[in-house]
Amino acid sequence: MKSRRDVFQAIADPTRRVILTLLAVQALTPGAIADNFKSSRQTVSKHIQILTECELLKQEQNGREIYYQINAKKMKEVAEFIEPFRKMWDDRFNKLESIMKKYKPK
Amino acid sequence: MELKTKISAEDGKQELVITREFELPLELLFTAYVEPDIVEQWMGTKVLKLESKMHGGYQFETSDAKGNVVFRANGVIHEFISNKKITRTFEMENTPFPVQLEFLEFEKLSEDTSKLTMHIVYRSLAFRDQMLQMPFRQGINMAHNKLQEVVTKLI
Repeated sequence: MKSRRDVFQAIADPTRRVILTLLAVQALTPGAIADNFKSSRQTVSKHIQILTECELLKQEQNGREIYYQINAKKMKEVAEFIEPFRKMWDDRFNKLESIMKKYKPK
Repeated sequence: MELKTKISAEDGKQELVITREFELPLELLFTAYVEPDIVEQWMGTKVLKLESKMHGGYQFETSDAKGNVVFRANGVIHEFISNKKITRTFEMENTPFPVQLEFLEFEKLSEDTSKLTMHIVYRSLAFRDQMLQMPFRQGINMAHNKLQEVVTKLI
């Protein structure tokens, strides 16, 4: 259960990536999302469920229909997931630079 | 402040490219990768072995204040061209991460500036993404350990 709710595993799946891309353009009903895939509605619905559990999608009731849309806040977090890694290397390289500026060849 | 280090991690590709421009002549940048005592300083790890030559090996180890080993990594150097290129493997010991392949390219930009391009290839996309998340979890741990160190010294 824990691993399935891992947001990075959620976006690692190609079908779920397509769903996110579709919903980036407009909010859609589960049926309209499923129309874009050859797989069964059940399968697509499972993918939607996982994305919703990861808070990447938000539901909105519109009359009788449920519309899914992207949770922009969560998506932004995912886009920024590379930042701590980049910061780690930047810190290392800054250190390298300052050490080598003072370096005297042996 | 804008970070000088750029990372490109394309969707669906099990690799990433780290680039950085240094205010250092090319030779000095390269030296920082070759001299063990200098690598120790900027990587923040002990260098047990560093054979900077074709088919050479290297081994890093980091211990906490109590002397417990918290990190060990090793690899072999496949290609070594001074001031130009290092191709090597990198593997963290006692972790689920498989070995990764690293292409390091060193370039002269001007007399006093140079550029490093680090191209890393992972075994799978999932491992790449997990590796990218490492500092998240590790950062929290490291901050915690640091705190513990400071507190221990106070007592």
